[in-house]
Amino acid sequence: MTEAELQQLIFDGLRKIAPESDPASLRPDQKIRETLDIDSFDFLNFLIALDERLRVEIPEADYGKLNTLDGMVRYLLAKLPK
Amino acid sequence: MADFVMPNLGADMEAGTLVKWHVKSGDAVKRGQVIAEVDTEKGIIDIECFEPGVIEQIRIEPGAKIPVGTVMAVIRGAEEAPAPAKPVAAPEPAAPTKAPHVHASPLAKKIAAELGVDLTKLTGSGPGGLIDREDVERAAPTKKAPPPAETARAKVSPLARRLAAERGIDLANITPGPGGIIEQADVERAAAPAKPETAPASKPGDGMRRAIAAAMAKSNREIPHYYLQTRIDMSAALKWLEAENAKRSIKDRLLPAVLLLKAVAKALGDVPALNGFWIDNEHRVSPAIHLGFAISMKGGGLVAPAIHDVGEMSCDEIMAALRDLIPRARAGRLRSSEMTDATLTVTSLGDLGVESVFGVIYPPQVGLVGFGKIIEQPWAKDGVLGVHPIMTASLAADHRATDGHTGAQFLDVLNQHFQTPETL
Repeated sequence: MTEAELQQLIFDGLRKIAPESDPASLRPDQKIRETLDIDSFDFLNFLIALDERLRVEIPEADYGKLNTLDGMVRYLLAKLPK
Repeated sequence: MADFVMPNLGADMEAGTLVKWHVKSGDAVKRGQVIAEVDTEKGIIDIECFEPGVIEQIRIEPGAKIPVGTVMAVIRGAEEAPAPAKPVAAPEPAAPTKAPHVHASPLAKKIAAELGVDLTKLTGSGPGGLIDREDVERAAPTKKAPPPAETARAKVSPLARRLAAERGIDLANITPGPGGIIEQADVERAAAPAKPETAPASKPGDGMRRAIAAAMAKSNREIPHYYLQTRIDMSAALKWLEAENAKRSIKDRLLPAVLLLKAVAKALGDVPALNGFWIDNEHRVSPAIHLGFAISMKGGGLVAPAIHDVGEMSCDEIMAALRDLIPRARAGRLRSSEMTDATLTVTSLGDLGVESVFGVIYPPQVGLVGFGKIIEQPWAKDGVLGVHPIMTASLAADHRATDGHTGAQFLDVLNQHFQTPETL
């Protein structure tokens, strides 16, 4: 999976939980949850959907690495099979 | 025979539109069964049946907008015989062996006696189907209105008299407020033009805004709030939660909100005075703990549906309840019991940056517990200054029902429960 494909997947997931927002307008370093007003319940659902789609295990301790778009893409790329 | 009426689904509701029936005449119904859908300001609500029986008659057709208290259907009790074919001359069926249980407030009983209303024929709109004063007054509307001569003698405040004269309103046509005195507000109400059924250019969400406005204005008008807050060290609770979640696949993980709800339920078990209602000038402690959980709606507004018997649920069950409730609340698909049964409301604004919440109580409840964000802060413990995750818990409580001492006891035991998360 390329970085662009992964980013698209993230955008699609975010649109599902925050339909009125525009994830594509996120700057790479902006905090996703605060910027798009996503609560912890929706964010957990978003991660569950990512987990199902990508088959990557995301331990709770790593949630902090997923705060920004940039961080999320880097974290998931490193976890995905090459 | 019981009337199934348009229930009052909140301190703010005046009317609802019947969307559809799930039952027809002759169907047997169980207690808690969803028998109708009603459109309200807070979305479409699945209306549950209060008692078992058989639908004797459907009185309202889908599409009708009807006031709270309007009879929608007649339900024959499980033990009653079907209504006689010729109801005019036929004697009433023999009274059931056991006198029908009347679940009514003392004031409602008193007013019912004065107005000659048969309480066994009413369906309560209060918590748990309780018949309150408004139900009784609705059932006797013709008897409630005093004869005109009497109204003419009603006391009128000078301001009200002047206002009425200015606007050309006949004081005899105005129903006096509490205490039998016509005041400015009563005149203004009479002067206000009748609201059109469909307000022009009303946006979706306007209704919910108005509903919240009505409930919160009532709360601040009638409830003398007092506020307390305390800071809670969440180290132990978060450590426990982290260990629990490490054992689970992501699908089964618990959110901190689960712990908050469980701890509040436990603390209410220890200090029950905050769990219940203030109705008809009376403090009514509820034996059951049904926590209202404030859920913000996308695009504004909120609902606080009840999660039933939280104290008896495991953390996994509470998480499952949240998973069920939050999407339904946001899609506008709640059940009537969820709209009416909450005995105390919990609001967590911790997802945003705020540290504490000073809540407005949802009447007729007598307390609201608020949680802020868990923030790492300097914290002295056992003589050592360290950095701990700290959360501020606040309590807004009704001073008519409890005093600060009770509120302080509650926050203290709440804190203790967070220190022993394994017992939650």
